Amino acid sequence: MHIVVCVKQVPDTKIIKINPKTNTLDRRSAPAILNPYDAHAVQEAVSIREKTGGTISVLSMGPPQATAVIKKSIEIGADRGYLITDRAFAGADTLATSYALFKALEKINKEIPVDLIICGKHAIDGDTGQVGPGIARRLDIPPVTNVIEVTEVNLEEKTVLIKRKLSSGYELIQAEMPCLLTVEKEINQIEYSPMPNMIKAARYEPVIWAVSDLENVDRVQLGLKGSPTIVGKMFTPPRPEGGKKIEGSPDEQVNQLMDILLEQKDVLTLQSSKQ
Amino acid sequence: MNFDDYRGVWVFIEQNGGKIEGVSLELLGAGRKLADKLQVPLAGFLLGSGIKPLANQVIAYGADEVYLVDHPVLKDYRTESYMKGVMQLVPKYKPEIILYGATPNGKDLASAVATDLVTGLTADTTMLDVDVDNRLLEASRPAFGGNIMATILCKKHRPQMATVRPKVMKALSPDTGRTGKIIEESITLREEDMRTKVLQIVNDVTKKANLADAHVIVCGGKGMGDVQNFQILYELADTIGATVGGTRDVVEAGWLPHELQIGQTGETVTPKIYFAIALSGAIQHVVGMKNSDLIIAINKDPNAPIFDVATYGIVGDALEIVPKLIQQFKQLRTEKGGEISYARKI
Repeated sequence: MHIVVCVKQVPDTKIIKINPKTNTLDRRSAPAILNPYDAHAVQEAVSIREKTGGTISVLSMGPPQATAVIKKSIEIGADRGYLITDRAFAGADTLATSYALFKALEKINKEIPVDLIICGKHAIDGDTGQVGPGIARRLDIPPVTNVIEVTEVNLEEKTVLIKRKLSSGYELIQAEMPCLLTVEKEINQIEYSPMPNMIKAARYEPVIWAVSDLENVDRVQLGLKGSPTIVGKMFTPPRPEGGKKIEGSPDEQVNQLMDILLEQKDVLTLQSSKQ
Repeated sequence: MNFDDYRGVWVFIEQNGGKIEGVSLELLGAGRKLADKLQVPLAGFLLGSGIKPLANQVIAYGADEVYLVDHPVLKDYRTESYMKGVMQLVPKYKPEIILYGATPNGKDLASAVATDLVTGLTADTTMLDVDVDNRLLEASRPAFGGNIMATILCKKHRPQMATVRPKVMKALSPDTGRTGKIIEESITLREEDMRTKVLQIVNDVTKKANLADAHVIVCGGKGMGDVQNFQILYELADTIGATVGGTRDVVEAGWLPHELQIGQTGETVTPKIYFAIALSGAIQHVVGMKNSDLIIAINKDPNAPIFDVATYGIVGDALEIVPKLIQQFKQLRTEKGGEISYARKI
């Protein structure tokens, strides 16, 4: 069983600030972290490996310092890691990103055939969720998105049983392997990393590939050139005029608010038991 | 690629168990405006098994044309079968714009289709417009954690595609007198070629329904200070019959489960009354609640952006105001000697 987990280094959007003058992201203002959904993807791979045995590889695309998220994945329990890094990848949208990762996955698949690919549902800096299904299409394997449980992995039949979250509930899906899953956070709890993993991670050096290390790459499909979408403009939406301010002391404010709330008669039920 | 070959605005009509999703009807409303501006037809495309009866509903909500792909293998949504259906329609009829609801299935389908069509896809759009001169779709969405909007364009590829958040666009009132053209497309699909099987669909509406069905929502932000203080929002909600929600910050801090997150990456809600308490009003939050009927904001900071979208604003300390509000409701209940609470949607 060979599981590949695709991971991304992202700025911590809880902390990041926007430069109000340029309307751009002030990347120095936030630490770079392993995308939280991807941490759950690695954890899920670890849980599966406990039952099936096998190997977990992690794959990331990013600048050289993205080795940090591969080390973090090793801490959680991955066995090996690959980083594809090259100026040619820069400025990629989801289509160009899935192409680059696809080319790396083809090469990994030649080294050790891949049975299962796991991605986070989306990255918190882009919030798109489009790269996972894109990779699956390029590899011509079925994608199953929004996974909340991997119920069973059947190595003999080469199938997985999955619970997939829907708008109102979930569905139970059986998929043939190889397939690609994107996982929700609720799929598992990240466990504390055991000490040997920490030591391994500290010393670990991932395999690093540039574009020239990948095979049959159509460079036109990479990076900014290979990205059909562009950011036209950034703007803060026009500020609406805003409503009425309720003035006064806290008690006066609450009294006025009560009057407003009690006017909402279409949804308010006043049931007197005295009658 | 000759762009002049691509004409028309299409909307993916998502149906589950023979019922059209609300977001698809909303997108017919939004698509109608785009199509009118571009002076082209608006089409809905619908995949499934036994779905012909739904075509008239698509027309009533604003479509000029309905493309139907009806096949037993399409009974339940699956990426591989549905995308085959779309890949049969789109290269043949060449729409210039395709909109999908940003539901699990809509996002999944659009992502797969964009890869095969080799075109651009903008995720989770909350504003749509079109530049009539160059026929470019302007799909805008909150970016970078949600404090700013970005307009995404797809200049060199067709069709231009976007997924759109539910409950952001407005559906038209259905007009059953409208007429339109129904085009049935036959397709060859074999179940034995499918590599995924849907074994069971379980409708579990318990948690999500709470927010979607609430007439009144009490939403708290990080300004509540800590998880203990946050509990008074539950007390307020219990007192008036409301449902509690939270911002992204609150969910990431672990004060609330993700199902109760309101905003771009959580739920979009449209209650009658929305309490925005001790939250600043980041764009990513506002897109998830701004269509509420009555918005009441309570925040210490008079410059908090939430006051811009609020119907009424109270500059004050939530920890002081909210207990007083609870007290008033309880007192009123004692005076009236009965129940006083807000009903839930039926």
